[in-house]
Amino acid sequence: MTQLMNENGIRCDGRRIDQIRNVSIKVGVLKNADGSAYIEFGKNKILAGVFGPRDVHPKHMADQDSGILRCRYHMSPFSVTERKNPAPSRREIEISKVIKEALQPAVILKDFPRTVVDVFIEILQADGGSRCAALDAASVALVDAGIPMRDMVSACAAGKVADKIVLDVNDEEDKEGQADMPVAYMPNLGKVTLMQLDGILTPDEYKKCLETAIGGCKQVYEIQKKALMEKYFKNGEA
Amino acid sequence: MMETVKRKYVIPGDVIITGPYRLEQNVYQDGERIISTSIGISEIYENAVRVIPLSGIYIPKTNDLIIGKVIGHSSLSWEFDINSCFIGFLPAQDVFGRDYSPTKDELKARLDKGDLVAARVANFDRSRDPLLTIQDRDLGKIESGELIEIAPSKIPRLIGKRGSMIQTIEMATKAIVTIGQNGLIVVSCEDPVGLLKAIEAVKMVDAQAHTPNLTERVKSMLGVELGENNDTINE
Repeated sequence: MTQLMNENGIRCDGRRIDQIRNVSIKVGVLKNADGSAYIEFGKNKILAGVFGPRDVHPKHMADQDSGILRCRYHMSPFSVTERKNPAPSRREIEISKVIKEALQPAVILKDFPRTVVDVFIEILQADGGSRCAALDAASVALVDAGIPMRDMVSACAAGKVADKIVLDVNDEEDKEGQADMPVAYMPNLGKVTLMQLDGILTPDEYKKCLETAIGGCKQVYEIQKKALMEKYFKNGEA
Repeated sequence: MMETVKRKYVIPGDVIITGPYRLEQNVYQDGERIISTSIGISEIYENAVRVIPLSGIYIPKTNDLIIGKVIGHSSLSWEFDINSCFIGFLPAQDVFGRDYSPTKDELKARLDKGDLVAARVANFDRSRDPLLTIQDRDLGKIESGELIEIAPSKIPRLIGKRGSMIQTIEMATKAIVTIGQNGLIVVSCEDPVGLLKAIEAVKMVDAQAHTPNLTERVKSMLGVELGENNDTINE
């Protein structure tokens, strides 16, 4: 087993325990999508495209009272070291569902009855915590598409590595560590829209872990905000 | 009145202001806070708050002038692509009159697939698709001109305050610009140079819609003398 943390509290990739990986977001990278975003979250490279509101196909899925949200999370065959079969796996179907449910409280689709908003997420390179990074990109892409939203959704993971609560676990820490907790959060409303936990934590550790993750979400939110400002308000001052 | 309008750049979730204000487009209330739902420019004026969006699709509103493209017809109505998530319907009676008979009249003879039509939204609510009408002055089939597509959210900017922007473009180029609220624009002009200039100006507005002093820059691009500044996002 590799050493995940040295005696000075420095992690295997050189970060402190409360430090997130480098995050950069670009808005509006896909011409054919109504809204899009590209995120680099550490070594994660993820594209998100949003289409709609548009006609629902198949028609029976349409809701007469409101728009619906659909989400597809997909990993490219080349996104991991061993080729991944491009067919949707059990894991991808589940992540698609949790991402959809994490975005659902944020979007307001009441004004678009009988329509659908499609969110497509493509993982180009995976490095642990890809669902959080995917959510961050999807949320920015939704704003770019002009879908009305109650708040942005920012996501970040926390976990327990070498008996310490750390922010933003990477691939290695996820596999070898003791717990992993992805959290999605609406920063202005102060509401959690996604919380999963894989591993065992004591009640105190749980509380600390959730707080740490929310702190990470707030950091990510600032980056999302900056990326949107960059595209839309570059030429002017507020 | 200009001093009373407060502007700010906002993204969804941003708190614009707290207190008792009237809610207009693209905002919602959470307790005391008034929060934006779109990326755009927030405005506070006369106790009302709204956000002018910078992205998004066209949502039909009753009385909007729009430009639609015929995508097909049934025996009773035409269907239009109106650059929205809904399909526009134009009933045959609207064109042929009250004594329209599906056996006698041929819809294709009046409007065929691919035709562009300037129409007004006669009725639209959330329970059915928008109903169009061409029963008004300047409405009906568009015979000639150049079609431009811009973001529907930028149409108010192209029109400008009390039509200042569009008047500037029309006067400088002698072109006739038909603006559909759904983001489709038809420019026609007898002078090819004027036509190109007008198209360029419209595209310039689309690209730089959110920047200050846009009318000034459009004017200088068109070679018009700079007048008073009636275009303000300065704050």
